Amino acid sequence: MAHRIEVALKGSVRDARGERIKREIEHFLHLAADEVRTIDVYTVDAALTPEELQQAAAGPFSDPVIQEWSIDRPLAAGFDFAVEVGFRPGVTDNVGRTAREAVEYLTGRPFAAGEGVYYSVQYLLKGAFEVADVEQIATGLLCNTLIQRYSVLSAADFMAKRGFAPTAPKVQAEAKAEVREIDLNVSDDELLHISKEGVLALTLEEMRIIQAHYRDTQVVAERATVGLGANPTDVELECLAQTWSEHCKHKIFSGTVQYEDEEGNKQEIKSLFKSFIQRTTRDVRAKLGDKDFCLSVFKDNAGVIKFNDQQSLVFKVETHNSPSALDPYGGALTGIVGVNRDPFGTGQGAKLIFNTDVFCFADPFYAKPLPARLLHPRRIYEGVVEGVEHGGNKSGIPTVNGSLVFDERFAGKPLVFCGTAGIMPREINGQPSHEKSIKPGDLIVMTGGRIGKDGIHGATFSSEELNENSPVTAVQIGDPITQKRMFDFLIRARDKALYRFITDNGAGGLSSSVGEMAGECGGCRMDLAKAPLKYPGLNPWEIIISEAQERMSLAVPPERIDEFLTMATRFGVEATVLGEFTDNGVFHILYDDRTVAWLPMAFMHEGLPPLQLPAKWEPPRHAEPAVEIKGDYSGDLAALLGALNICSKESVVRRYDHEVQGGSVVKPFSGVANDGPSDAAVVRPILESFEGVVTAHGICPRYSDIDTYHMTANAIDEALRNYVAVGGSLDLVAGLDNFCWCDPVLSEKTPDGPYKMAQLVRSNQALYDICMAYNLPLISGKDSMKNDFYDGSTKISIPPTLLFSVIGKIEDARTAVTMDVKRPGDIVYLLGKTGDELGGSEYFALKGAIGNKVPLVDTGRAYRRYQAYHQAVTRRLVASCHDLSDGGLAVAAAESAFAGGYGMSLELSRVLWKGDMAGKSDATLLFSESASRHLVTVHPERREEFENVMSGNCFASIGVVTPEPVLAIVGLNGAAVVRAGLAELKEAWQKTLREL
Amino acid sequence: MKKIRAIVITGNGTNCETEAAHACRLGGFDEAVIAHIAEILSGEVRLDDFHFLNLTGGFLDGDDLGSAKAQANRLKHAGVTGTGEKLVEQFTRFIGAGKLILGVCNGFQLMVKMGMLPGFDGDFLTQRTTLTFNDCGRFQDRWVYLKADAASPSVFTAGIEQGIYLPMRHGEGKFLCDSPATLERIEREHLAVLKYSGPDYEAATMEFPLNPNGAQNAIAGLCDPTGRLMGLMPHPEAFVHYTQHPRWTREELPEEGDGLKLYRNAAEYVRKNLV
Repeated sequence: MAHRIEVALKGSVRDARGERIKREIEHFLHLAADEVRTIDVYTVDAALTPEELQQAAAGPFSDPVIQEWSIDRPLAAGFDFAVEVGFRPGVTDNVGRTAREAVEYLTGRPFAAGEGVYYSVQYLLKGAFEVADVEQIATGLLCNTLIQRYSVLSAADFMAKRGFAPTAPKVQAEAKAEVREIDLNVSDDELLHISKEGVLALTLEEMRIIQAHYRDTQVVAERATVGLGANPTDVELECLAQTWSEHCKHKIFSGTVQYEDEEGNKQEIKSLFKSFIQRTTRDVRAKLGDKDFCLSVFKDNAGVIKFNDQQSLVFKVETHNSPSALDPYGGALTGIVGVNRDPFGTGQGAKLIFNTDVFCFADPFYAKPLPARLLHPRRIYEGVVEGVEHGGNKSGIPTVNGSLVFDERFAGKPLVFCGTAGIMPREINGQPSHEKSIKPGDLIVMTGGRIGKDGIHGATFSSEELNENSPVTAVQIGDPITQKRMFDFLIRARDKALYRFITDNGAGGLSSSVGEMAGECGGCRMDLAKAPLKYPGLNPWEIIISEAQERMSLAVPPERIDEFLTMATRFGVEATVLGEFTDNGVFHILYDDRTVAWLPMAFMHEGLPPLQLPAKWEPPRHAEPAVEIKGDYSGDLAALLGALNICSKESVVRRYDHEVQGGSVVKPFSGVANDGPSDAAVVRPILESFEGVVTAHGICPRYSDIDTYHMTANAIDEALRNYVAVGGSLDLVAGLDNFCWCDPVLSEKTPDGPYKMAQLVRSNQALYDICMAYNLPLISGKDSMKNDFYDGSTKISIPPTLLFSVIGKIEDARTAVTMDVKRPGDIVYLLGKTGDELGGSEYFALKGAIGNKVPLVDTGRAYRRYQAYHQAVTRRLVASCHDLSDGGLAVAAAESAFAGGYGMSLELSRVLWKGDMAGKSDATLLFSESASRHLVTVHPERREEFENVMSGNCFASIGVVTPEPVLAIVGLNGAAVVRAGLAELKEAWQKTLREL
Repeated sequence: MKKIRAIVITGNGTNCETEAAHACRLGGFDEAVIAHIAEILSGEVRLDDFHFLNLTGGFLDGDDLGSAKAQANRLKHAGVTGTGEKLVEQFTRFIGAGKLILGVCNGFQLMVKMGMLPGFDGDFLTQRTTLTFNDCGRFQDRWVYLKADAASPSVFTAGIEQGIYLPMRHGEGKFLCDSPATLERIEREHLAVLKYSGPDYEAATMEFPLNPNGAQNAIAGLCDPTGRLMGLMPHPEAFVHYTQHPRWTREELPEEGDGLKLYRNAAEYVRKNLV
């Protein structure tokens, strides 16, 4: 029988967790709470002696300095209501797993099958609550009912029942291993019903293609030889659904688009991916010639470029939007540990050197009603931030760069972008590290975590809009420590050449990973009965598509398998041989001796015809607001500094370890008080060397309201200008594109599909144009195309969003530049011209407008200027540099000044102007977001040399750094238009999100 | 001359092994071996072959039972294959041989929870102090000023006049004692080597964020009465070169970072006393 070990803080010890819950009850639910205290509960369901239970309670489970414990006796006292929250059966319980291991060390005996330790938390609430209040606290704050269960007891009931009864949330299931056959000789309606009912996300056309395949007499004859009938098995249908899902197959990016522009010109585009993304890289590489630095692009889990002659860099950015909408903590945690596996599973395997995160949320202070299924933006914010914190920090990978972007439409689906970079030797055991192969006869090996029902249908559910019936099972919880153990083992196995091929188990689980690996050599034979399971009762189709986390799939040569498995055991990592790779052209799956799937590789990977996608571009027209003429813009500047998209994100960023591994050179914060917003990150991955890796990103979804071409152009430019600002070299820099779109496929649910598709086409056109001009090869990327919420009445579509990330090099990290002004008397330069480009700006957003004049990127001039500026950095002529983006010149100047602790005196009449003079005003000069501009300060003694290096480019000296802590800007007519103390500006910038 | 050797234990969630080994080498160790705990439990690597043991930062077992609790339990109970001895015996032998141990962050939490610190009266297995959740309730990554106690017996901080500036990166760093007597003895014997302070290193402070976790008496680092065992929450291995300083682009700084002194002192002590 199960026993409850309770561990509580001693009365005198502050309960930080309880205090936080109390604050949240008051803040979120507007209920008054007198006190909240918490108790840890370990439910031990294992044959232990009373002495062993006591040893566990007194030893690993409690801290004698601050805690007390009990066995099968409640510790709770002095409360009005008790709420106990634990996991539902089968949900990853990291604390429970660690507790179990601790008991095994203690007793020296492994647990028997079915034994376990389960963790839960008891919250003791004190205050004048009604039962309904407590229900609201439980479901609204303490418990995500998708993955957790809870019980509530009033103090009186608690006394009467002597507390909570022990509950061991075991998965109750019988070993079954059923395989169903599905009859596809049915009506179209019935075909669609099968797809919808099974969360297959297959269209009628796709269902018909599958139907036709199973009617093929040759297929039927071949199936008979392996004992299969003419109908597909559930395993086959599920494998096809995963492989053909939008998530895995990128059907929109590989579809055929009929595009019509605003002038009626028509164009057929066969595959946006091939026509724009792949072509960009091919053409940039050809242009670079022998300076090409790409090593492996688009074919592996992440892109690989050269770092130097001995080392290669690997980078990938992923999204995990749909799971984060349902379970923000688990979804985001899985997002970060999931993307870690991409560079780790690239080539022969890379050591991970940094993470990046970009989150897009609705306003956390949102106060309007939301559709029933949607979580409040603040809860998503808290959960995502904490999930990524745990995933990144526990994995020992520094989070060096990121941003938070806010727009109300992200209430429909938050965007959670997580990136990870790695480094690997150019050659490992004499082979290029970015290459790998599989030979027929190599063994299929799975390592890491076990398989459960978690994450079933993740790939297919994220290929649909979020709706009220989105499946619970699609959510997983990551376990960074199991993954870390596996990586510790595999990186050592890599150096001993114990495997030939490695890849990640992500979306689609084994069906995808082994399916893709089988494509390398032409087939496989895998036995699902050999797969290690978390608990019995999984059917073969569930085993093959489960997205249970922390697993890698490998091809191990038979002669190395013994050494591989022995080493795995020694490192405490589970590794299992599931079958072997073949070259017979068939994806052949067994359960014991019985064939449960027999899919020709050609049908699986090439059986799907391209989607046909209409696209029609009609430029939107917004009201053109009149720019307000006033004498003093200090108030507008303070309001902009406090705007969600501009304000300090320090309360979030400080929660991320950005310095582990010891290579941090430019940190997220710069300046005299370590709190100015850095433009980009510089990291030294090899501590013995001063070569640095630079990473930055650009994202500006607001411009999509005007034109996605310019949204994309500005995002790319923003990424590169951030990168250039800190000193990144233009000779070795690559880009990654992450598209997050709302569904652009014309359908009943999406009547505006052709417009959204045209937005996607225009974005791709810009991607090609700008990357070509900037010599930026695209090395990897991802698309997430169904970022909508629809419950039958309300539809919320996100604004089309491109996250553009760059990774590159700084030859000597000691030349890096930060954004804080350095000393009074330094000359302030503005590089680049400013124009009447307030369309989509933060300034207009502040005034409730969009406008039409979106910033246009002049790549030719910008690139030459970036090159000249880089020369100035290399010669150490630059004291500080800050990029101009949201909020324009005024915001950049304020940030540089208060970060450095010195004032700035600027004259708008000295700013270079471009375009129509009619639009030139103090407001446009202060707040226009014209692209490709930098605010630079230079010591007076370097003035001449700096101006020489920059000569021939658009730049102007516009003022000086002053000892007084004041930002003073003189307008066109010679009078001050901004005059504000730095302390006041900084406070405006810091206060918005300080308490979150 | 005989080689001086440092070991850094990794595995099960330790994260700072690479920079800790780098700091040991920069500090003067001839060799700094990164050993996975699996290699120690299998008997391939023995602590006896080293002079300086680094228990460094990370999240051992995810800190699932409280920081470093599960590893403390593992070290106490796990046996070393083929030797018949428990791993904890290698530790006590190492300490008995007069060798050095430095615990940083998660390593400090481990030392405290195993009872290696404060190590009163040669008892290295009784827990008297702890490190628990920061008062601010959150993980923090920020730089802190640490006032050094010049009268401390710590081998590692010898020669540090005023204090050092280092990054802290933890969620459970609030130092607490089991009784006023323990705290009193720690102070009396100058075992509280480092305390959170203001930039002038004048006085210990309880003020957030200078004291980022609310530690009792602002204690950030602790040593045993012999001075050979020390633990601290901030990361000395993360400041061995000026480019790691958050304000290196605006301040004139020496080439070496403040944290390197601890490793130089360790190497010097080993060379003088242990080879």
